[in-house]
Amino acid sequence: MIIAALILVVSSVAMLQFFISYCRSVIAAATVRPLSDQIWEVTGIQDRELRGEEFIRLLQLMSLCPDSGADSQAIAAVRTYFRILNFARATLSGIIPSIVSWTDAELSGCARFAAVALDNRISRSRQLMAQHYSIQP
Amino acid sequence: MTSPLDYAIWLLTSLLELGAVYCALRTRSFVRFFPLSFYLLAAIVADITRFAMLKQYGYTSHSYVSFYYYSDALLTICLFIALMGLYSQVFKEMGAEIYVRLGAIIVLVLTAAICFAMVRNSRHLLFTKFAIQLSQNLYFVGAVLTYVLWGAVKKLHETRTRLIQFTLALGVYFSAFAAGYALSVLYPRSTFSGIASDAMGLWLPLAWGYTFLKVPEAARLQTARVSAAARS
Repeated sequence: MIIAALILVVSSVAMLQFFISYCRSVIAAATVRPLSDQIWEVTGIQDRELRGEEFIRLLQLMSLCPDSGADSQAIAAVRTYFRILNFARATLSGIIPSIVSWTDAELSGCARFAAVALDNRISRSRQLMAQHYSIQP
Repeated sequence: MTSPLDYAIWLLTSLLELGAVYCALRTRSFVRFFPLSFYLLAAIVADITRFAMLKQYGYTSHSYVSFYYYSDALLTICLFIALMGLYSQVFKEMGAEIYVRLGAIIVLVLTAAICFAMVRNSRHLLFTKFAIQLSQNLYFVGAVLTYVLWGAVKKLHETRTRLIQFTLALGVYFSAFAAGYALSVLYPRSTFSGIASDAMGLWLPLAWGYTFLKVPEAARLQTARVSAAARS
C-alpha cells in the first residue's frame, strides 16, 4: 500500500511536469512564426500586446473559422494547460506571490499560441474563398 | 461488461493509431522513427485481435483475459523499445548506442526477474499474473527512464523539436499509466481508474500524430524555453 501510494505521488508529479513541458514545447514551436497584421484587425487589439485574458476570446473567434482538424489536439492540450495555470494562480498566489508573474508570462504564451492558430485559420479560409471565386465562371 | 463508452474509446484509439501511422508515412518519418511507428502498428494489431477475441469468447472468458494481459505486456515492451529508440537518437552523436541497447536489455531482464519473483508463489494463473506485473512495473520503469532521458536532453542541449515532443508525450503516457496502476491498487473497486486509463490511450497517438504532421524534421527548439521550471 505504501509503495503504491509512493508510486502514485511520484508518477503524478512526473506526469504534471511532462505535461507542462509538452505544452510549452507545443506553444514554443507554434509561435516561432510572426503574427500577420490581419490578426490585430480581427481581434481589435490596439497595442499589439497579447495578454492571458485574450485566450478565451481568441478561441471563440477561432471557432468561427472552418476547422481542418490538424491543430485540434494541440489546442486541447494548451486549453488544459491554460486551466491548470489559472487554477495554480488562484490557489497558490497567496502562498507563493512570485507565481503571479510566472503564470502571467505563461498565460500570454497560451494567448500567443491561440493567436497564431487563429491567424492560420483565417489565412486558410481566405485561400479557400479565393479558390472558390477563381473557379466560378 | 464493456459499455458503449468503452467501445467508443476503443474505436477512437484504433483510428488515432491508424491516423498517426498515416502521418508518419505521409511525412516520410516512418523509417526514421521506426520504433515509434512499430509500436503504433503493434497497437493496431493488438486492438483488432482483442476485438476478435472479445466477439469470439466473451469479456469474462479466460482466453480473452489472458490475451488482453499478454498483449498489454508485449505492447509495453514495444513502448520500452520505442523509448530506447529515442535514447539512441539522443546519444547517437556520442557513439553510445551500443551502451544504450545493452542497458535497455539489462533493465528489461532485471524488471522481468523482479516481476517473476513477485508472482512465483502463485499457483493459479502464474503467467497471466506475471504479464500483469510486468506491464505495471515497466510503466513505472518507463516513466523513470523517460525522466532520465528528458534530463539528458536538457543537459546535452538537444534542440530537435520532434525528439523533444516525442519524449515529453511518452513521459506523460508512462507516468499516467504508472499513476493509474497505483490508483487501481489503492482503490481496487473504483471504475474511474479503468475508464481514465482507457481514455489515456488516446493521448499517445494524438500527440505523436500531431508531431509527425505539424513539426517538420528541421524544426529546432531551445530546451530552456520548454523546461517546466523555466521562466519566460
